[in-house]
Amino acid sequence: MSILHFFSILFLLGGLFFFITATAGLLRFPGFFTRLHATGKGDTLAVSLSLIGLAFYEGFTLSSLKILFIAVFMFLAQPTATHAISRAAIKSGLKPWMKKDEMT
Amino acid sequence: MISFLYGIGIGLCILTLFVLYRGIFGPGVFNRIAAISAIGTKTLILLLIMGFIYNRADMFVDISMVYALLNFVGTLAAAKYLEMEK
Repeated sequence: MSILHFFSILFLLGGLFFFITATAGLLRFPGFFTRLHATGKGDTLAVSLSLIGLAFYEGFTLSSLKILFIAVFMFLAQPTATHAISRAAIKSGLKPWMKKDEMT
Repeated sequence: MISFLYGIGIGLCILTLFVLYRGIFGPGVFNRIAAISAIGTKTLILLLIMGFIYNRADMFVDISMVYALLNFVGTLAAAKYLEMEK
């Protein structure tokens, strides 16, 4: 159980935790935008943590460098995709969820 | 360590089942796209974990790189299409 394996277990557990919270957000939140709010950020962080954990598990090789590249790419791509979806939802007339008593 | 990767993989599969619920019963088409995007990111990690379990990491890392790119482009294409549709 080298130090690398210890760190990879740590990061993978962190990634799994944020996957659980993102999934809970996706299921439990009322409106579409609140759900996208949860998965957009939760999944981005979870993927980044898990990928860094897997890169630690691999040690210092070319494939761990590629895994870190995927982590950086997902860190940039996921918010862009979330932005594109929410813009499309707004344009096609989806109203954000409002609390009933604050219908100002 | 390998059994730990098995645990993480099984955990991700169970989470995917929950996200699949939102994908099937999601009220609108946008909830379904959010669910598909979430499943895509989970599959990415599952792919890499399978690569390490079969210790053919090089092949699976390339596959998951392509998968991440395709997942992103697919989500953008769906958003672009739904934006035009009136």
